[in-house]
Amino acid sequence: MPAIEHLTKGDVIATRTIDINRADLIRYAGASKDFNPIHWSDATAQQAELPGVIAHGMLSMGLAVDVVTEWTEDPTAIIDYQTRFSAMVPVVETTQTFDPARPFENPNPGAALNVTAKIGAINEETRVVRVDLSVTNPADDDARVLTRAQVQVQL
Amino acid sequence: MTVDLTGREYPAVGPYHVGSEDIRNFANAVKNMHPLHHDIDAARAAGHKDLVAPPTYLVTIAQRAEALMVNDPEAEVDFSRVVHADQRFTHHRAVVAGDELFAQATVTSAKELAGNRLLTTATEITNADRAPIATITSTLLIRG
Repeated sequence: MPAIEHLTKGDVIATRTIDINRADLIRYAGASKDFNPIHWSDATAQQAELPGVIAHGMLSMGLAVDVVTEWTEDPTAIIDYQTRFSAMVPVVETTQTFDPARPFENPNPGAALNVTAKIGAINEETRVVRVDLSVTNPADDDARVLTRAQVQVQL
Repeated sequence: MTVDLTGREYPAVGPYHVGSEDIRNFANAVKNMHPLHHDIDAARAAGHKDLVAPPTYLVTIAQRAEALMVNDPEAEVDFSRVVHADQRFTHHRAVVAGDELFAQATVTSAKELAGNRLLTTATEITNADRAPIATITSTLLIRG
């Protein structure tokens, strides 16, 4: 667990680029039981006037928080996590570039998220630190995928 | 004219049995690789009775409670027009494999904005003893 005494507001505690491909969307649909076809069917996405098959907002939210879990070394220290969903993340079809034996190791991901985690606020009394996440899509002019993504961590 | 749903409470759904393979599958799907989600020995060494659920795992249970609103004829939700607008998890205690959970959704806000509708639910997650586990807030935007 990080020592609260050594933290300063504005500190960047983690950065990570997370790739997403179509296989990830299928896996998340199965794990979350959210089988909305806009997340796996091009025809449905087109009919719904979307820019293509898009990642579940909850997939982006779930992927991004892992940088905070890794930083705290304890997922149960995350007592609150909220976000607004702003830009959608279209995931381009690159399945043909898979090694079929390794569907989650596609060298040509269909999308990527750039995640930066910063210390947003420190409450020395309650020992709760707010971590602000920036989650952007480099393929979409660095559009903000999550807005006001805030994680409250009990240190 | 759409019925004002604000304050409408849906019945609790459950129990949902939280399984260790379910936790592993979800953790893999969101690439949350901390050992507490995958390795039972690590979880026990940290004082938990089994694998610990990732921070966003409870969406899988909360969405089943929210489905009562989505499928409520008076809510008039066209699922093909639904976009997820916001989401919040407030955790009161850790969720671990073996838990039996219930979820109860209440509509806390229903409003129209620029031709779209915004429906916010607060879902209380409780365990078999009705102790609070988490509060999950979610807003759906129905495109006009």
